[in-house]
Order: sequence, then C-alpha cells, then structure tokens
Amino acid sequence: MSTRRSFIKAVTLTASLAAMGSVSTFAQAADTIKVGILHSLSGTMAISETALKNVALMTIEEINAAGGVLGKQLEPVVVDPASNWPLFAEKARQLLSQDKVAVTFGCWTSVSRKSVNPVFKELNGLLFYPVQYEGEELEKNVFYTGAAPNQQAIPAVEYLMSKDGGEAKRWVLLGTDYVYPRTTNKILRAFLHSKGVKDEDIMEEYTPFGHSDYQTIIANIKKFASAGKKTAVVSTINGDSNVPFYKELGNAGLKATDVPVVAFSVGEEELRGVDAKPLVGHLAAWNYFMSVKNPTNTAFIKKYQAWAKANGVPNADTVVTNDPMEATYVGIHMWKQAVEKAGTVDVDAVIPALGGQTVKAPSGFTLTMDPTNHHLHKPVLIGEVRADGQFSTVWKTKEPIRAQPWSPFIPGNEKKQDM
Amino acid sequence: MRCVGSGQQLKRSNIMPPSLFHRLRLLCLVLCCTIGAAHAAPSPETLAKMAEDDSDSRIEAIAELGAEGSAQSVAVLDALADEALALTGAGRLVILTDTGALDAATGAAIDPYPDDADALMINNRIRRALQSAKAATNIRATDRSTRLAAALQLRDGADEALMPLLEPALAAEQDKEIRAILALAVARVNLASELPAKRTRAAELLGDSADASVKFMLTALLEKDGNGQFAEPDAGVRAAAKASINAIERRLAIADLASTAFTGLSLGSILLLAALGLAITYGVMGVINMAHGELLMVGAYATYVVQGLFRTHLPEYIDSYVIAAVPVAFFTAAAVGMLMERTVIRWLYGRPLETLLATWGLSLVLIQTARVIFGPQNVEVANPAWMSGGVSTYADIVLPWNRLVIIGFAIFVLLLVWLMMQKTRLGMFVRAVTQNRAMAGCVGVPTARIDTLAFGIGAGIAGLGGCALSQVANVGPAMGQGYIVDSFMVVVLGGVGQLAGAVTAAMGLGLMTKILEGWAGAVVAKILVLVFIIIFIQKRPQGLFALKGRFVED
Repeated sequence: MSTRRSFIKAVTLTASLAAMGSVSTFAQAADTIKVGILHSLSGTMAISETALKNVALMTIEEINAAGGVLGKQLEPVVVDPASNWPLFAEKARQLLSQDKVAVTFGCWTSVSRKSVNPVFKELNGLLFYPVQYEGEELEKNVFYTGAAPNQQAIPAVEYLMSKDGGEAKRWVLLGTDYVYPRTTNKILRAFLHSKGVKDEDIMEEYTPFGHSDYQTIIANIKKFASAGKKTAVVSTINGDSNVPFYKELGNAGLKATDVPVVAFSVGEEELRGVDAKPLVGHLAAWNYFMSVKNPTNTAFIKKYQAWAKANGVPNADTVVTNDPMEATYVGIHMWKQAVEKAGTVDVDAVIPALGGQTVKAPSGFTLTMDPTNHHLHKPVLIGEVRADGQFSTVWKTKEPIRAQPWSPFIPGNEKKQDM
Repeated sequence: MRCVGSGQQLKRSNIMPPSLFHRLRLLCLVLCCTIGAAHAAPSPETLAKMAEDDSDSRIEAIAELGAEGSAQSVAVLDALADEALALTGAGRLVILTDTGALDAATGAAIDPYPDDADALMINNRIRRALQSAKAATNIRATDRSTRLAAALQLRDGADEALMPLLEPALAAEQDKEIRAILALAVARVNLASELPAKRTRAAELLGDSADASVKFMLTALLEKDGNGQFAEPDAGVRAAAKASINAIERRLAIADLASTAFTGLSLGSILLLAALGLAITYGVMGVINMAHGELLMVGAYATYVVQGLFRTHLPEYIDSYVIAAVPVAFFTAAAVGMLMERTVIRWLYGRPLETLLATWGLSLVLIQTARVIFGPQNVEVANPAWMSGGVSTYADIVLPWNRLVIIGFAIFVLLLVWLMMQKTRLGMFVRAVTQNRAMAGCVGVPTARIDTLAFGIGAGIAGLGGCALSQVANVGPAMGQGYIVDSFMVVVLGGVGQLAGAVTAAMGLGLMTKILEGWAGAVVAKILVLVFIIIFIQKRPQGLFALKGRFVED
C-alpha cells in the first residue's frame, strides 16, 4: 500500500517539479521528515529483507507516537529494489534527489551496498546498513550497525577452539560463492594459520546462490571429519540455500556432538522453514538472539508481534525477531538521537553528532556508535540451536567490543587499525 | 533395595510413558544384579556439582551419575538431556515435568511448584558427556536396538577408561552385530596395549572396520618419527596394520562409489520429476512453456496448503499429509495448466516465439499471485516423520528417507505417464494429434479438446514434481525459476518427444553433476555441465533419442 502511495507521490512530485522547474521549494515546504527504506520486497532477498522493512516501519511508528523528531513526524518512503543490484542504485538516487529523504535505512547483501555507496557519496546522503558483513570498507556517508568480522567470525572460531566449544582442530569453511563468504574465509584462514592450523586441516568449499543439493558436500565433510582430529564447520551459506543444507545435515545423521556447524548468516528467520530437532546443538554467532531475556528485548518482541498482527503480515502469529532487525531498530533510534543533538536533519551536522551516541539495545547491552569508524561497539553472542528453532546462548562477551572494519588478518591493513 | 527402586518407579509411572518406564525398570533390575554397590539415589555431593555453573564440574557429576546408575540418577540424566533439569533460587535441583516438579535427589513431587526454577543450560560438550554416560548404562539394556545404539556410541569414543565396561559387555553379548561392534571398540583400545600379540590381534581385527578414522589410527602406526623409527616397533603388528589398511581402503572405495551413485540417482530423480511434465508439454506438444517452473510451484504450494489443512483439522494423521497432497497437487496444477491453455496458449500454436513470450508473462503473473496469496517469504513444508532421518547401510553410508521416497515416487510417476500415454485411449489420441494433427482431426479426434487435456496432464505431472520438490527444496513464489533451466536441459538433451530420452538424460545429468561435484566443487561442476550440454547439442541437435518415422513437420 505504502509503496503504491509513494509511487503516486513520486509521480506527482516529478510532475510538479517539471511544472515548477525548481527543486528546492518543495523540500522545504514539507512539515514532515522523510525517511527512506531501501529493502528488497521481491526477488531472492525478499525472504530476509521484508522483515527489516517491517521493523523499520514499526520503529518509525513508535517514534511518531512519542512525538516524532524535532517536533516533526517521520514519513517513511518505502521503495522496492527487487533484489536487483543496479536497481538499488537507481532507487537510492530517487530517494535522495526526488523524495529528499533525510536518511535511508537499507540493503542486505554486500553487493547491494557496494552498488549504492557511490550514490550516497555523490548526493551526500546518509545510509544505515544493518547486516553483518566482511569489512574492508569505510564510507563517510554510511553507518554500519551490523557486525564486522572481529565482532562475529573470529570470536565464533575462538569459541570452537576452546574446551567448551569442543577443541576443534580441523576446519571446513563452507560458503555461498560471492564477496562476503570469500573475504570472511580469507580472514579466517589467516586467523587459523596464526593459531597454528595447517592448510591440510582446512577445507574450503563454495556453492552457487540458491544451491539446493548438499548431498556431495555433506559426504565430503563426513570424509574430512573422519581423519581423526575434531572437526568443525564454519558456514557462510547465505539465503534460502540454508534450508536444504540443514535438512540434509539432519537426515545424514551428522550430529552437532560429532561435527558442530557454526553459521554466520543463519538466524531465527532462516530456521523457521526447517524442522530444528535434528539440528539441536549446531551453532550461530550473532550480536543478538530473540531468546535473550531482558525487559528491553521482551518489549521489543511484543511490539513487533503486535505490529505484525495489526498490519496483516503473513503468518503473523509466528513472526520472529533476529539480529539484523535489532540492528535496524537500534540504527533508527540512534539517528533520531543524533538529529536531536544536532538540532537539524542536515547530513553534515548529523554525521559528527552520531559518534558517541548510545542506545539501550534489545540484546541487553548499551551499544555505542564509535566516534571515528562509523561502526557500533557490539557484544558477541554464540548460541546453540534449540528444538524450537530458537538459540540458547552458550557464550557471550562481557561487554560490547569495538569493530575492526579493516581486519588485521588481511595483508595491507596493518596501518588502518586505528580507524 | 529393589523394593525402594520399584516403589519409586510406581510413583514415577504416572509421569512417564510406559515404554520408558518399562525400560528403566529393566535397567534398574539389571543394574541391581550387576552392580552390588548401586545406591538408590544420587549422592548430595554429585548433585551439588551438577548445580555448579561450570561445565567441568557438571561433566564430573554426569560421569558419577552414570557410574552410579540408579533409576533416579538415570532420571536426572534424562532430564538434563531434555533441558528439564532446573535449579531453584534456593539452589535446589528439580526435574520439571508437564504436571509439576520433582525433587532431583529423591524423585518426590514438590508442592508448591517452584516458580523461580531455571533450566540448566547444556552445550555440546555436556551433550557428549551425557551420551557416553547413557551409552555406558544402556549397553546392559535388554532391548536390542538400545544396546546397538549404545555400542555404536562406545565404539566411536572408545578409550582406556571404558575397558572395564567394554570387556564384560563383549563377553555377555549374544547378538552377532553388536558383538562385532564391541569387538572393534575393544580392538581400538587394544591397539595401544603393551603386549605385541594383543596389538597384532587388534590390528587384524580392525581390518573388519569400514571407518576412515580407524584407517588413520592404523596409518599413524606406520609413520616414522624424526630418528627413522616406526611409531610401532613390532614388525608383525605393522604387517597386520598394513593388511588392515588395505582392507579398509577397499571398503571405503566401494562405499565412496556407492554413495556417489546414490546421490547421482537421487539428483537424477529430482531432475526427472521436474522435467517430466515439460517432456509432455514441450516434448510431445511442442509448446515452449516458460511457465513450467511455476506449475511446479503450484504443486508445491498445494502440498503446503494440504499440510496446513491437516494441521488444523486432522492433526492425528499429519504424517500422511504428503499422500493426500499428491492428488491435490496433480489436479490443482492440471487446472491451472488447462486454464492457461484455454485462455492463452491455444491461440498461439505453431508460433513458438509468441508462445515463449506469452508463457513467460504467465510465469510472472503466477509468481506475483503466489506472492499476494502466500507472502513473499518461503513457507515451511515439513517432512513427515517417516521421511526424516535415514537408513544406515554398508560402511556407515546414510541414505536419507526423503531421497529414497523421491526415487520411488519418480519411478511411480514415470510408470503412470507411460501407462497413460501407451495404454489409454487419451494417450493414443495425444500421440496421434502430435504426430499428425490434420489426419487425426479427419478421423474424428477432437484435437482442440485433446490439446487442452494433454496440456493439463503435463501441468498436473509438473504439479506432482512440485509436491516431491517441496520435500527437499525451498517452497517460495520464485522456486520455479531455479528449475526451468534444468528442466529444459533434460528434455532437450534427452530428445524431444521421448520419455526414455528424458529418463536417460535426467539420470545421466544427475550422475555427471555428482561425479564432477565431488571432484571439482559445486560451482565448477555447474559450469562444466552447461559446457557439456552446449557441445553435445551442437554435435547432436536432436538429442539422445530422436523420433524415427514419418512425421508431418510444419
């Protein structure tokens, strides 16, 4: 509905712009603050990104109900880039130059973020990116509310090396074939080398996007694991391939007590489509789990479930919350606080005001935006899959840790460690 | 002492399923006979260790409970495994049940219910300790399958500490299969024995194994250290180890081949199910149906809807929903197919390019319709219980049930299609119309109606394919897009108009993909298969099996 409304608005806007031949008058006349939401609502990524759009709309409603920002109501502008990477750039340009949004919340895959980065730079926009990613990037116009590799991948591997994690000695690095898994595995390989793991004890495998037949790979993992040393699998499989992967894992009888699988892109949402009973004990590393118990999280989950019901989200009675949703929620609140501190929505004033902002997050920690590197200080949680598809936290950091977007395990990054 | 034990059992019986109760009682009896020193209840020190928030002390407590082995200790272990063992605010361990809470030390019911009880968290390390402790008690069970599972568990984790348990168990065991497993477990431990004769015997025995990890154990004996000394000093043991390694390697090679063949056949049967419908609409009728993938999607969603109906209306028969879904998927997809044919495709016969565009448009319409009705997210279609898990065969190869069922289903559908095309009047008409439309019309075949029906049957078979796919792949609005290329590949490679061609092509592609995947990885395998097809089609455009005879080509 809102898409259609914004489309009509966009059309009217373009028409009136053409008539007036002027850009500035329109934007200043508005008595609301426009907020762009740039998530795929169709195509392959819709499975993950639709929930982020929902949580963004919910948070905006919540802020509006509490009086808005600077006395103005927020007005969401939802566009659908349809899992089409070039279309992301086009839609971003439309949001910035036609709709004149003050800030945009959006993107999931790294390739979509890479596609919009130049647009936000050129038009001096502001983007909040809510998903864990491979690092190796620092844009002035982008704030990263997901985890950098040192806030997710490295601690997870360290846990599996520990006594409680099973003291793994051999490693299978399994991923979907694109930039995030490849870069993460490059970092992990260097990290494992630094811990004395030899190349013959590391197996790296990639599958195409949407791969659905994991028989051979599971057989290979079994073979690799039978070489005597304790083996663990690090999975960076993305999107809906995870469902056939975990189904096959369960059916092949590869139990977590024999070969644990730790995943970086599998959360509550992905496990909704799987019978989780054979998967009990497999792991995921995130900065938030829906099962975390604290008043902020309870309120967050209740709010989202009520919102989903009220807005007719399909299967509203079983909706779950997950890490990128929490990151979206935190990002919007952080932007609101920064705007209030700066006293304006002007991007150049908001960017410095964002540094040092804190938000009490549903993860139970108070998260801080780093003053220099545009990343959040986040806690790391490692959870084991429960029979109901939720995670029970088996390990977590005592306090949030600072992000290292430029991983020290990639050669050439040595001089960028202060960022 | 036995009286106390059974008294507790009586109290427990109202909260436990009868089979478990029975097993526990037998276990209790056996334990009472074998271990004279067994206590009736876990000691307070052990429970105190369990209550500590530390994996190490908890694992100690698990080992102690397992060794102690009384019914109450087993109940505590079971509760811990089910995450039903909880700690109250006052530091008392309780077992939470559906009806109330029991004291962990005595098994007595606690009244009032402790509201502040928090279940103890377990991780993989504790789960492993639990499994070993359970296996140690279960190896004496009277139920054969329980003993078998315990023996397998013990074999994989056999070490010196287990010997006092393994040897009497091996001596007492009557079942041949379990004896063999236990003998392997003992041999694994004996490989580190001080007596060369014992080591030789162990190395010989291990030759019966088909486990790659045993092979690595034996290879380690043959390795030389820095001074040129073998890890195993005795030449006799080394010779035995070498012979055993060869035997294991032979077995592993066969297992490897067998499992590749199975995965290939399984992928082939999925390809076949996806392509069979297209083999009729494109292969026989010549319609380039770009919406074929969406007919698969319709079948898969029909399965999803049937599952939902069973969940709400017939929850006691939920395991048989798949069987009910088969005809529903067929008729829904057939209805959609006939509607497509009546409204769009029939006006475009003989104009392949327009058909291609129109059906592509139809596919977009169908995807969007599914998105509007069911939402953009994938929906959950669960395997029924009888299709979950797998059957363990030769050399620990696990054949998953869902794959086995799908191979069987592919054969069933193939048979159905063959019977329909060859043995029914409708099939004869379809063949007549596709071979020579004008002549068929002249002898009174209602060609327009046959077109509709044939297209409907092709679509219905695609629906059956979708029903099968829902058991192994994701069900979402765009799921069909992933199969359209594969389906056309199978039909074109097999030769247009030939069921035998489709079968050969599907199985060939399945096996080839799996062999290449094992050798070069999934990404490269996909590329190589496509390259192969391009070259093949250039050399033999008519496909593997070409129609022979006189046909009217237009």
